[in-house]
Amino acid sequence: MMTTDWLQWIFFLTVLLAASWPLGLYMARVYQGRPCGLDVLAGPLERLLYRLSGVDAGREMDWKTYSLALMGVNLVGLLAVYAMELLQGVLPLNPLHLPGVDPLVALNTAISFATNTNWQAYSGEATMSILTQMLALAVQNFLSAATGMAVAAALIRGLARRETTHLGNFWQDLTRSVLYVLLPLSLVLSLALIWQGVPQTFDAAVEARLLDQSGQATPSPAPDGQAAAPTVGRQSLVLGPVASQVAIKQLGTNGGGYYNANSAHPFENPTPLTNLLEMLAILLIPAAFCHTFGVMVGDRRQGLAVLAAMFILFAGFSYMTLAAESVPNPALAGVGVEAAPSLEGKEVRFGTAGSALWAAATTAASNGSVNAMHDSFMPLGGLYPMLLMQLGEVVFGGVGSGLYGMLVFAMVAVFVAGLMVGRTPEYCGKKIEPFETKMAALVILIPPFLCLMGTALAAVIGPADAVSNPGPHGFSQMLYGFSSMGNNNGSAFAGLTATSPFWTLAGGVAMFVSRYWLIIPVLALAGSLAGKKRLLQGPGTLPTHGPIFVSLLIIVVLVVGALTFVPALALGPVAEHLALFRAN
Amino acid sequence: MFARFFEQLKPACSLFLWLSLLTGLVYPALVTILGTGLWPQQARGSLIKQGETVIGSALIGQSFAAPGYFTGRPSATSPDPYNAAASAGSNLAASNPALRELVEARAAALSDTQAPRPVPMDLATASGSGLDPHLSPAAAAWQVARVAKARGLPAQTVADLVARHTEEQLWGFWGERRINVLALNLALDAAGSRQ
Repeated sequence: MMTTDWLQWIFFLTVLLAASWPLGLYMARVYQGRPCGLDVLAGPLERLLYRLSGVDAGREMDWKTYSLALMGVNLVGLLAVYAMELLQGVLPLNPLHLPGVDPLVALNTAISFATNTNWQAYSGEATMSILTQMLALAVQNFLSAATGMAVAAALIRGLARRETTHLGNFWQDLTRSVLYVLLPLSLVLSLALIWQGVPQTFDAAVEARLLDQSGQATPSPAPDGQAAAPTVGRQSLVLGPVASQVAIKQLGTNGGGYYNANSAHPFENPTPLTNLLEMLAILLIPAAFCHTFGVMVGDRRQGLAVLAAMFILFAGFSYMTLAAESVPNPALAGVGVEAAPSLEGKEVRFGTAGSALWAAATTAASNGSVNAMHDSFMPLGGLYPMLLMQLGEVVFGGVGSGLYGMLVFAMVAVFVAGLMVGRTPEYCGKKIEPFETKMAALVILIPPFLCLMGTALAAVIGPADAVSNPGPHGFSQMLYGFSSMGNNNGSAFAGLTATSPFWTLAGGVAMFVSRYWLIIPVLALAGSLAGKKRLLQGPGTLPTHGPIFVSLLIIVVLVVGALTFVPALALGPVAEHLALFRAN
Repeated sequence: MFARFFEQLKPACSLFLWLSLLTGLVYPALVTILGTGLWPQQARGSLIKQGETVIGSALIGQSFAAPGYFTGRPSATSPDPYNAAASAGSNLAASNPALRELVEARAAALSDTQAPRPVPMDLATASGSGLDPHLSPAAAAWQVARVAKARGLPAQTVADLVARHTEEQLWGFWGERRINVLALNLALDAAGSRQ
């Protein structure tokens, strides 16, 4: 590994830690309803929205009402996206005259964007009209992110409050997440992106007559038999409101790109600086939420402990991904190219370090945007991102969802510690009893079940032509696909063809279940915790802010993930790695 | 339970509608107004024009075949390379025999006519987007002799142009050193016409 690769790794980790601190404190003010500085601007708008929608923001909800409200707005959003995709052919702002989306792909996409997954079975620039990208998909980028943030806020209140049924008002949490956090950050980020070259226009495409008219390519018929338009010497530059969408897809850990190549596309990510900003945007809110948690439970050390566990896991995994990608591909030895790390699927401006760091960040968070094709990574370079998803998206994780996932792991950790030393498990002064443990078990077990069952089904009854690479890597493509959808990540080993009925439907089920069947147990958990007394710390309490607890939390996350996925990983990337380095 | 659900549906529909307008129309429109006002060139795709004709975007790579131009990286877009309406990578696995064959064929095709092997890595592998506008300094240097010969220019003149178009790492360590192929080729055309 080169010195500059090291420097880039350390620099990124440092900037992330530094930036998450002030944002976390600010977000605590937002969810506690304290003055935060933006009230002058956003306050009147917030009250106007409540008045127009008939929301009484002062009325607190119990966990069931909170869940019903959440399911209501998610259902409405899902149906709206589905309808707009089907009808985009007759709706305005469709300058490329794209037809309605295939119904199964549309359903898969609607679920995908409502659940904050942003798995993309379609190619953005060739399938979705400007209106669909903006008013259907980008809206869900905001609302699904705000949904996750609201759930996290409710769980934190469950831990912070005592002997109450009140978890806050869902409509208020949703609206404040959008108005005070997501919108202002997106506005700033999208302007920075435009400055660096990301397009933002309502023009659809510009035809360019290229410099070199000699052209080496011969137009070949497209796979579907239609004669393809000759493109030699010409280029159709697809434009659109790209910057505004890229900003929220990164900040909301959504990841669904405007273009098929996502953030590898020079229009989505033109310079090393945009690469840094977009990568920071992926992890910024999830990291900040740890501080928010600490402030809201009245003990900042609790937040720092969770952040430390996430940070150590991320530092380790990102380093290993970087190291794996820094090794030359032995299969390319002796064919006449220099012995250097492979650049297949990578962009020159990002290189090995920028691509590997991004891969770790996007899978640690449930973002799923890519700036290089993970399918072409070295076997181990693909294994670590896959494992980061399989750990349950708790190493920073999605906005909100990462924190509530990690807090559930923390409750399991105190439960395990309680079993080992015979202490009553407690977390933040709340007793962890059978009901909490059952809900925590649900949250931890459902995603691995979906990943492994989905992969098994894909291997047995899925279409044989879905995978594009031979050998163990073909299995890895399926495993990666369901690990991504079963954890609401959205990235892919993109050689996989996911448009068949099996993949759209099974994937849709996996994304739906892993989102809402986790959110509801988490809210039930929050409701149960809120009703409990707050215990005073005694000599029998395991402190949940020291290095012992941080280590325990890391071990629990790793052990649960490893025990579940090592056999499957051995069949895919591990087998591929051994075969590749043995044969060459 | 159902009664409570329906009670929430009214605010759900209404708030969804208003937040959709805010985040789906007002937000992108505001960003467009601010963005095109502050940086009109970038917001419209960083287009490069010769007279009235758009000859490409400064950010998007193009296919160069003539020996007097620097060639960019291989592109996996279909049906033709550098199709900006269908960005894509090859998604070939590191272990896929097809990748080895492709890289070998590319290396052979390049080094038959040009400099000796080994070929720089970025010249033999396809980019993630299929639209990568850049080359590494090594890949540009590797083509200098061919380009100079085809244009009848001194090799030093071409090498100087490459050096002048090399973008450095940000703050000395972030990102990679690179050369925008389109910008370099435009500069070559300008240098050629001065002769």
